[in-house]
Amino acid sequence: MSDRGGAWFLSVLTALAVAVPVLNLLVPAGSALHLSAFGITLIGKYLCYGMLALAVDLIWGYCGILSLGHAAFFSLGGYAMGMYLMRQIGTRGVYGDPVLPDFMVFLNWKALPWFWYGFNHFPFAMAMVVIAPALVALVFGWFAFRSRVTGVYLSIITQALTYALMLAFFRNDMGFGGNNGFTDFKDILGFDLHSDGTRVLLLVITALALGASYLACRVIVESRAGRVLRAIRDAESRTRFLGYPVEAFKLWVFVFSAVIAGVAGALYVPQIGIINPGEFAPINSIEAVIWVAVGGRGTLYGAIAGAIVVNYAKTYFTGAFPEVWLYALGALFVLATLFLPRGIIGLVQERGKEK
Amino acid sequence: MSALRREKRLYLEDVTVSFDGFKALNNLTLYVEPGELLCIIGPNGAGKTTMMDVITGKTRPDSGSAWFGNDLNLLQMSEAEIVKAGIGRKFQKPTVFEQLTVFENLELALAGDRSFLKTLRARITGAQQKRIDEVLGIIGLTEQRGFLGRILAHGQKQWLEIGMLLMQNPELLLVDEPVAGMTPQEIERTAELLLSLAGDHSVVVVEHDMHFVRSIARRVSVLHEGQVIAEGDMDKVQKDPRVIEVYLGV
Repeated sequence: MSDRGGAWFLSVLTALAVAVPVLNLLVPAGSALHLSAFGITLIGKYLCYGMLALAVDLIWGYCGILSLGHAAFFSLGGYAMGMYLMRQIGTRGVYGDPVLPDFMVFLNWKALPWFWYGFNHFPFAMAMVVIAPALVALVFGWFAFRSRVTGVYLSIITQALTYALMLAFFRNDMGFGGNNGFTDFKDILGFDLHSDGTRVLLLVITALALGASYLACRVIVESRAGRVLRAIRDAESRTRFLGYPVEAFKLWVFVFSAVIAGVAGALYVPQIGIINPGEFAPINSIEAVIWVAVGGRGTLYGAIAGAIVVNYAKTYFTGAFPEVWLYALGALFVLATLFLPRGIIGLVQERGKEK
Repeated sequence: MSALRREKRLYLEDVTVSFDGFKALNNLTLYVEPGELLCIIGPNGAGKTTMMDVITGKTRPDSGSAWFGNDLNLLQMSEAEIVKAGIGRKFQKPTVFEQLTVFENLELALAGDRSFLKTLRARITGAQQKRIDEVLGIIGLTEQRGFLGRILAHGQKQWLEIGMLLMQNPELLLVDEPVAGMTPQEIERTAELLLSLAGDHSVVVVEHDMHFVRSIARRVSVLHEGQVIAEGDMDKVQKDPRVIEVYLGV
């Protein structure tokens, strides 16, 4: 299978990774072409959402697992990064405690909880960005797939998963900052998070991560394992009858997808500057599914395009007509399902054929 | 087990299966010879599907024995082990993978390691390529190798599914109603296909279409109420008074 859409996507991504530093750092601030810090953050956010959409498309588009809880993995990755960033604040916090983050001092805690140990080390925190979502996905998937929970039932329990995590993270005594979550980050590996240089660098890293994730997913779906995944999607029991361990395939790809979502969350937090339990909200996971449906399920690059287009629309609508946005999102989903079963990408491909 | 057996491909002896008191199989005894093509006919509820289920390990009998060759006790093997041992079953309703090409359907049916990590790195070897080409030729879909499963005609789907069974080179093929819903040309082509498979494989065909059975059968077993009531070539079976009474209804 030739991957023209993928080649397009990677070229656009490369162009973006080159253009953003130039337009922000080299073009003078007064110029019409200058890209503001706000603009960089916005693009960075879209790319992180693109990674989340990619993760959803890998399991939904290719393996038929409709996860309505993928924002949970995104948030877990984000929290792991947030814990590192909180430890970096040190004495610059409001209470000036060298070890305890502000919210712990506020709660009168005397010592750092054990699960915060190690998060002052960047490599450890980065390992947790991968391990935390992977572990949750592994345990959840192991039970769900082994019990042969599929279809809408699986979707419902993924919603329950993210909802349960949201409630847990809202609690102050969980030790993750309760409903305020983490914010007021200062720097990452010594680089000031508020400087343009760091913002540009984070954006370029996000673009690289998105490109690498895309290629990794492409390798999976083009391999024989990818064909087995599509076979599972279309005729699960037939695939089992051919001797494939269907549960193991689902588990592998589910965990891998959770890791992509977790890395996306970890890149999101330093750029946006905040993580709180609201990120676990069920609506976030559902929105991610809408991005994929609108962009074009089962294409990978379509999911990323969908995430960017829908979020651009969201930025515009919530600014111009804030009360209309949720209706617009709902209408978009209904219209895409009715008239664009293969999403924007399907539309583009058909136009291409007519010519 | 008696030590005086002649070598047969499959032994079913005194097999009884009952569901809530209803005897789906009632002391059924049936043998399949190596390389033969055996047709099994019988009215609805005669126990044909239950018999297939016993052979493939889906249903466990209440009593009796089932042996594959002289040394594999099917009653002690899991469904997967039975498939691995060389018994392939084609179900009534064809289920090919609709979004994969004919070639990819056969590729997934290739014998080999089924784990995720192995399939992630798997490449088709020359020998496998040759085997796929060979099977494409046998089932007559060489020209359709690049077609998606969903655009195949009904008959072609049935052949592809037989092809997927052949990829694993089974010694015994169980084929459930292969020609249901086929056009006369497709039926003829299917008859040729099954006849060409006998010899290299033992083939057991369950079928309602008497015309089709007549065209391929060397040996016919008639099932009724869970028992074999007649056996032999088609002419002999058709003249059997019990068969006429219970099945042919003439």
